[in-house]
Amino acid sequence: MVSLVQTRLMPAIVIAALIVVLPAFFPSAYYYRIGVLVFIFALAVVGLNLLMGFAGQVSLGHAGFLGIGAYSVAIGPVHFGVPSWLCLFGGAALSGVVAFIVGRPILKLKGHYLAVATLGLGLLLAIVLTNEARWTGGPDGMSVPRLVLFGWSARGATTWYWIAGATFIVAFVLALNLMDSPTGRALRAIHDSEIAARVLGIDVARKKVAIFVISAMYASVAGSFLALFNGYVTPDAAGFLRSIELVAMVVLGGMGSIVGSLVGAVVLVVLPQALTVFHDYEQVLLGLIVMVFMIFLRRGIVPSLAAAFAGRRK
Amino acid sequence: MMILEVERLSVSFGGVRAVDDVNISVEAGQVFSIIGPNGSGKTTLFNLLSGVYTPDHGVIRFAGETVTDLEPDRLARRGLSRTFQNLQIFSRMSVLENVMVGHHRHEDTGILADLVHWPSVRRQNAATRELALAALARVGLADEARLASTSLSYGALKRLEIARALASDPKLLLLDEPAAGCNPIETQEIDRVIRSLIKDGITVMLVEHDMRLVMNISDRVHVLARGRTLAEGTPEEVRSNAAVVEAYLGDHGSKEATRAFG
Repeated sequence: MVSLVQTRLMPAIVIAALIVVLPAFFPSAYYYRIGVLVFIFALAVVGLNLLMGFAGQVSLGHAGFLGIGAYSVAIGPVHFGVPSWLCLFGGAALSGVVAFIVGRPILKLKGHYLAVATLGLGLLLAIVLTNEARWTGGPDGMSVPRLVLFGWSARGATTWYWIAGATFIVAFVLALNLMDSPTGRALRAIHDSEIAARVLGIDVARKKVAIFVISAMYASVAGSFLALFNGYVTPDAAGFLRSIELVAMVVLGGMGSIVGSLVGAVVLVVLPQALTVFHDYEQVLLGLIVMVFMIFLRRGIVPSLAAAFAGRRK
Repeated sequence: MMILEVERLSVSFGGVRAVDDVNISVEAGQVFSIIGPNGSGKTTLFNLLSGVYTPDHGVIRFAGETVTDLEPDRLARRGLSRTFQNLQIFSRMSVLENVMVGHHRHEDTGILADLVHWPSVRRQNAATRELALAALARVGLADEARLASTSLSYGALKRLEIARALASDPKLLLLDEPAAGCNPIETQEIDRVIRSLIKDGITVMLVEHDMRLVMNISDRVHVLARGRTLAEGTPEEVRSNAAVVEAYLGDHGSKEATRAFG
């Protein structure tokens, strides 16, 4: 039993089981909708956590890649008649290429300098999406055709719950795999001491770019899903606030905790919905609760609670 | 055979010649120590040799090939590893994981294989773990493998860095003050570890202030003062060199001198 609990994929198995069982307790379709948003954001947050929590490289422009993914599934089918699923992969590939080209020069920067550079990247992508109105519909955005697979059209929150849930689990397992591999160890080493990583033969620049690319592709797929699920997309998808929201989810859930990424997404998606009963005080309460979380669970929800439980068992 | 040859190596920082026209030849299989008062350029020399700094002038040849401008990771992949004077531990990783990172240069999987956890990744993880445990056993840290690296004592962290460097299977290992801050028992442990490395055919370069350790273990000792070579020879020759004694007594290093010569 102990060995089963300690297996690498145990969190994935537990979460997959939860995803399957939870709908039995959903009183209405609205809850499926919340579930879909949680999975989509968690997908992007896992990707960002690989970059921030493991490799230690901040990105304040990650919504830019979300935007690339979202507009790929809008522009491709509308303007070029390319099937949505192909655009989803195309968007991920494009995000990867952009991250690869931009990553090499900006990932040489560290700390606040990297933060500002990635911020600039995000703003740049958002401005392009806003200004190229001929293709993107400008600030008003554009509608996104439904995802059609083998003549079957994906519609409704229930269907998307399973699509997004299954995709999230796959992305979650890939992230767990990566961390338990030579690449994962190298990334964590870079986070703690770049110089020690280098003298142990790790090509630091290359590893950073690689994880930036993977992280961008995660965000892109999440963006595509968001656009396909909502049926429309606006430049807000790539906006600065979106980027900050993703970073907040990473930090709140726990830097370097893959499970924490899901928890961070759950809290920041579900909480605003739950707080709507407080009407005018909704935003104030949300801010307050997040602050309290960070003050008392300063390493993020999952790592802090894990440490507290480990401490108690001793 | 000379594993490392350094010719007329120099580097300046803001007008200060930190390392000035230094020549060194290290024979394979020996312990080659660099000593000198504080600020004499010992660590700078190590930073040049390991590729952390690029020299202004001079040539570095490692295992017969010119490596002067090579990046640290390239040098590491050719078999040159090092430890750090002020520890560079991967503090978010366990003791074992720290050492597993050391084996990185021998691990050969693509990022796609890592993502899907291909069977080869699993096999390799297991092999790396075994190797890391063996390296930990060599420095006497086998029982601490599962601990968080931050829970180790200072002396143990010094040995953890050696184990991590060992896991890369180096030809030449640069140890930057491995005994600094260690108690006599820990220093003895370092001495034992270095001797076992030599037995395995690893060449060791040592920067160290503990003169007893240096004089006991070294085949050759190179003395630096203000970035320049002051003397080089066997421990006996250096010990009786008038210029060396004067440099130590006349400089900050008087304490070390008493320990060495007193």
